[in-house]
Amino acid sequence: MRVYFSLSAACLLAALTVFPHSSRAQESPYIVTYDHYLEEPGSLEVEYFSTFGTQRGGNDFHAFWTELEYGATAWWTTELYLDGQTTFHDSTVFTGLRFENRIRPLRREHFINPVLYFEYEKKNSADKILKEVEGHDVESDFLVSNAEARKEHNNELEFKLILSSTVKGWNFAENMIASKNLSNQPWEFGYALGASRPLALKASARRCSFCRENFIAGVEMYGGLGDRYSFGLNNTSHYVAPVVAWNLPSDWTLRLSLGFGLNDNSHAFLVRWGVSREITGFGSAVNRLFRGHP
Amino acid sequence: MKESIIALSLMTALLGAPCALAQHEKLAAPNHKADALVYAELARAPDKATAKRNPMEKDPDAVAAGQNLFKQHCSECHGNAGYGTEKAPSLRAEEVQSATPGAIFWVLTNGVVRRGMPVWSKLPEPQRWQIVSFIKSLGAVPKTPDKKRD
Repeated sequence: MRVYFSLSAACLLAALTVFPHSSRAQESPYIVTYDHYLEEPGSLEVEYFSTFGTQRGGNDFHAFWTELEYGATAWWTTELYLDGQTTFHDSTVFTGLRFENRIRPLRREHFINPVLYFEYEKKNSADKILKEVEGHDVESDFLVSNAEARKEHNNELEFKLILSSTVKGWNFAENMIASKNLSNQPWEFGYALGASRPLALKASARRCSFCRENFIAGVEMYGGLGDRYSFGLNNTSHYVAPVVAWNLPSDWTLRLSLGFGLNDNSHAFLVRWGVSREITGFGSAVNRLFRGHP
Repeated sequence: MKESIIALSLMTALLGAPCALAQHEKLAAPNHKADALVYAELARAPDKATAKRNPMEKDPDAVAAGQNLFKQHCSECHGNAGYGTEKAPSLRAEEVQSATPGAIFWVLTNGVVRRGMPVWSKLPEPQRWQIVSFIKSLGAVPKTPDKKRD
C-alpha cells in the first residue's frame, strides 16, 4: 500500500513541479466510457480518480486509482493504472495494476470512428474501482472481507471496441467489452455508453476559468451483459451517471460523476471524482534527458 | 509463477515499444521531407471541404480566441508564433497561407495521424474555425534554406 501511495504522490508531484509547461486539456467528462480521442503524441497525462460506493449488507467503500496515460504516436495511446481501495471498518489494500493500449486503425475522421482497446489486468478480488462493469458483476460480490478477497489473484485480458462520433459539438460513444479471466473462466461481456457536449462551442477571446466552454457535461450508462454461457441482462448490474468535466486554464481537469444503480444487483450510489494534468512534450523531455541534448 | 513471468515479459515489451516506435518515427522522417508530406495533406482535402467558408471570418474576436486556442493546443509542436519546431512544420509557409480556410479546417479536423498530427475534432467546430482564423492571420514568410524555427 505504501508503494502505491508513494508512486501516486511522485506522479502528481512530477506533474506539478518537474514539468511546469503543459497545455490546457480538452478532456471528456467520461469516467467509464472511452471516446475515440487519443492522447497527443509525446504527452503524458497524470490522473487520479476516486469512487465512493454504498454497499447494502456491508461496509461502504472508497476505491481509487492513478493513471499514467502516454501518447506514443497519434494513433496509439498506452496507459498504466495502479488501483487500491479502502473498505470502511475493514482495511485499505492495493488491488492491482492494469496496462492498456488504444489503437486508432483509421487515418481520418468518419461519422463513426473505431478504436481498438487491449488491456492486461493483474489484480486481486478486493478490486472495487468499477472502472468497467462486465459479466455478472453484482453488488453482493463486494461483501467479502478485504483479507479474504485479496488472497485471490486474477490475470485478465480485456478487449473493447470503442465507437465514437462527434456531431455539432455532441460526442456519442459506445464501448463493447469482452474480457477473459485467464484462469479458465468464461468470456464476460459488458457495455458503456456516453453522450456529452461543451456548454459553449465558441471560445472566448480571453483566458477565463468559469467560461462556459471550459465545462463539458454529459451522461454515461454502463453495465454487464453476462458471460459466454448466460449472455443477457439476467443477474447483471447497470448504472447511469450524469458527468461533468471542468477544464481549467491552469492546465488541470476536474471531473465529477454521480452514478445511480438501475437494479437491485447494482450499488445504489457511486460518487466518482478525478483530477488530471496533461504534460505536453513529456516524450521529448525524456528523450533529451537520456541523450544529453539541451 | 509462469503467468507472472509471461505478464512481466508482455509488459516490458509493451512499455518499451512506444518509446522505440516514437524514436523510429523521428529518425525515419527528416524535417523537410516530413514537412512536405504534411503540407501535401492540404491538397488532399476534398473539394467540398476546400470550398467551405470560414463562418468566423467576420467575428472580431475570432483571431484573439484562435490565438488562445493555438497556444493551448498547437504551440507545443508548431511553436508560439507558428514558425514550426522539430516536431511539426511552419504554419507561415506558403503552402499553408495560400490554402483555403476550408482546407486548413479539414486538416485540423482529420489530423495527419500517420505523420504525428492528432485529429482535433474534439474541439468544437467554431473553435477549429477560430484557430483557422488565427493561422490565416499569421501571414506567409518566404522560404529560406535554413528556415527559422521557434
